[in-house]
Amino acid sequence: MAEKDHIYLDYNATALIRPEVIELMADVMREGGNPSSVHAFGRNAKARLEGARAAIVEAINCRPQMVIFTSGGTEANNMAVFSSNRTRLITTNAEHDSLRASSEKFDGKVDIVPVDKNGLVDLNVLEELLKNDGENTIVSILYANNETGVLQDIEAISSITRAADALLHIDAIQAFGKVPLNFMELNVDMMSISSHKIGGPQGVGALIAREKLPVKSIIVGGGQEHGRRGGTENIAGIAGFGLAASMVPDSLEKMKTLRAWRNEIEHELKNHTPDVMLLGQGAKRLPNVSNIYMPDVISETQVMNFDLNGICISAGSACSSGKVKTSHVGLAMLGDEKIASCTIRMSLGWASAHRDIDAFIKAWKKIYDKKHA
Amino acid sequence: MTKNMLKLPVYMDYQATTPMDPRVLEAMMPYFKEKYGNPHSVEHVFGWEAEAAVEIARKQVAGIIGASEEKEIIFTSGATESNNLALKGIAFAQHPAKNHIITVKTEHECVLASSRALEKMGFDVTYLDVDHAGLIDLAELENAITEKTSLVSVMVVNNEIGVIQDITNIGKICRKNGVIFHTDAAQAVGKIPLDVDAMNIDVMSISGHKIYGPKGIGAIYIRMGTSILPLFDGGGQEQGIRSGTLAPAQCVGLGKACAIALDQMVQDNQHIRTLSSRLLEKLKSNLNNVRLNGSDSDRFPGNLNLTFDGIKSDLLVADLKHVAISTGSACSSAKQKSSYVLAALGLDKKKIDASIRIGIGRMTTEEEVDYAAEHIIACARNLL
Repeated sequence: MAEKDHIYLDYNATALIRPEVIELMADVMREGGNPSSVHAFGRNAKARLEGARAAIVEAINCRPQMVIFTSGGTEANNMAVFSSNRTRLITTNAEHDSLRASSEKFDGKVDIVPVDKNGLVDLNVLEELLKNDGENTIVSILYANNETGVLQDIEAISSITRAADALLHIDAIQAFGKVPLNFMELNVDMMSISSHKIGGPQGVGALIAREKLPVKSIIVGGGQEHGRRGGTENIAGIAGFGLAASMVPDSLEKMKTLRAWRNEIEHELKNHTPDVMLLGQGAKRLPNVSNIYMPDVISETQVMNFDLNGICISAGSACSSGKVKTSHVGLAMLGDEKIASCTIRMSLGWASAHRDIDAFIKAWKKIYDKKHA
Repeated sequence: MTKNMLKLPVYMDYQATTPMDPRVLEAMMPYFKEKYGNPHSVEHVFGWEAEAAVEIARKQVAGIIGASEEKEIIFTSGATESNNLALKGIAFAQHPAKNHIITVKTEHECVLASSRALEKMGFDVTYLDVDHAGLIDLAELENAITEKTSLVSVMVVNNEIGVIQDITNIGKICRKNGVIFHTDAAQAVGKIPLDVDAMNIDVMSISGHKIYGPKGIGAIYIRMGTSILPLFDGGGQEQGIRSGTLAPAQCVGLGKACAIALDQMVQDNQHIRTLSSRLLEKLKSNLNNVRLNGSDSDRFPGNLNLTFDGIKSDLLVADLKHVAISTGSACSSAKQKSSYVLAALGLDKKKIDASIRIGIGRMTTEEEVDYAAEHIIACARNLL
């Protein structure tokens, strides 16, 4: 099988699913049952559902009623923005595609806060924008950027939004499992999380929303999830998500090693050529990701060459349905299309080994040297 | 299988959810284990493999409903999402030129909830009545269509009573009047033959967990050229109609479930019909207060909705410790709401509260049917 020979360094696109999660999901799928049924099979499925909810509650410090399971992060982000009943949206120019698309469809005023060269939100601009109309505004911010790993100062942002009576939603999909995540301490109103970025299955996510908010999925039906999201729950997937969430402490432990390895990569590349540029290096970042600019080699060419060397990385986010586009995140930070079009993202995860790092460094140097011989 | 191998409790609630076919689970496992990858990662081999598997699954789903183009199949998180997408997506796409949709009083809760949501936004909705058999009147449907009508939504097999609507002729009427025809086929796919072309269906909702596949996956068939707006936006996956990372294992599971169902539909039906007749026969010959709800002839035999005159069905269900059945749809059973479907058939409150739904499926055995019959009869006699 081809993939056995490949080195997977694209955890921010999707993490490898943990073997324990697969085992549990297979068991749950064999059990059957619809959690809305009142008989023994239904009660068992319901127990699986609530067990997973408890694991999420434990992992991110919130209350059970705040957890609304969805089909994934995209649905959660859409739900947060569209059902908030607010008439103005403030977001940034370095968001995930799901939020960018939502903001284009938003029925109301949309204001964009720019990010600086380190990818950080300009808090003064945010504060200024919130001087008027704060109580009608929802602010939606990507906590950890999916392409660069740059972490926003959410506590500073939430104190600004609180003072202005604005709602704050954060997309914590990439942050979950990579940095400690505490819903209550961050003092936000809503937060999106996703299963397949933390070693759980694809097709599952959740919106964490304070109980009093009117948020409701656009998907209505049998009144599941306290009437906030219809449809028979994906029990096996949700159980898998719950187990992956309960393993987050292990993931966080592993992040210490991954941070050292990531720094090793960046150090090695810098030593090889001073022309390398590391996006977001000046800010607090996720420990597992590096967004690397290689002069004069466009992203797509780099990715193809890494693939020929048996290494899976990506040019940016995995979403753009078949096309490799210039990263809007790189563009927002640097304002330079030429640089933004020559960056790649390398992201590590729970199953990464040191030999993967060595292979990456070797391949990067090879691709660079070939171009700059 | 001999009697002493009977495993308790006996599962007879196939309309709420079906057990997963072990072959489906087996097909899914590699996509959890070694063939992981984000199918939208176009840049490396992991992504390609996941994408190839999703495309095979798409073909399998297209195959079971006679869709000519694979791209007419869009994966969703389940039939509830598909139904929401069909009703809202089509109503929005044709608004403001058209602002009226038509559906039926006995549709699934999520179709009715979507219709009510549209009404709140200012759309007009006609809810068609059904007769005592649970069937709509085609003339009434045709009369309800106006030049403002964008969509007709009528389900194939009813989830509570198993009645099958005359889909082909409903489709014909819609086609003739230039109205889009959507059908919720969650309970029908794999159980009765479906052909979107022969039946004039423009949009169809499909569920995984009602056809021995996984929960949390479904699909929507959208005929080429039908305009529909997405429910949510993002990375532009599924031709922009349904954003969000696809779950390849889930797609593979739905595809496999469709392929198996297509392959053994005749065999499954034979099995289900035999067991269903056997159960009904036993109940009727031992109890004189049993009546089958909904049409005798236009029905899927795996669904027996029965009224036990003079008995409170929630007590019957509770007494049946080792037989898992329900008083109605799973969505409403948890909330203890009485069935609006039976009410639409003309049953009074007393009769509705005396009704249960028994589901028979691919994995049901003769021993299970006999066990269930014996215990239902005993409990029913006790409660009389």
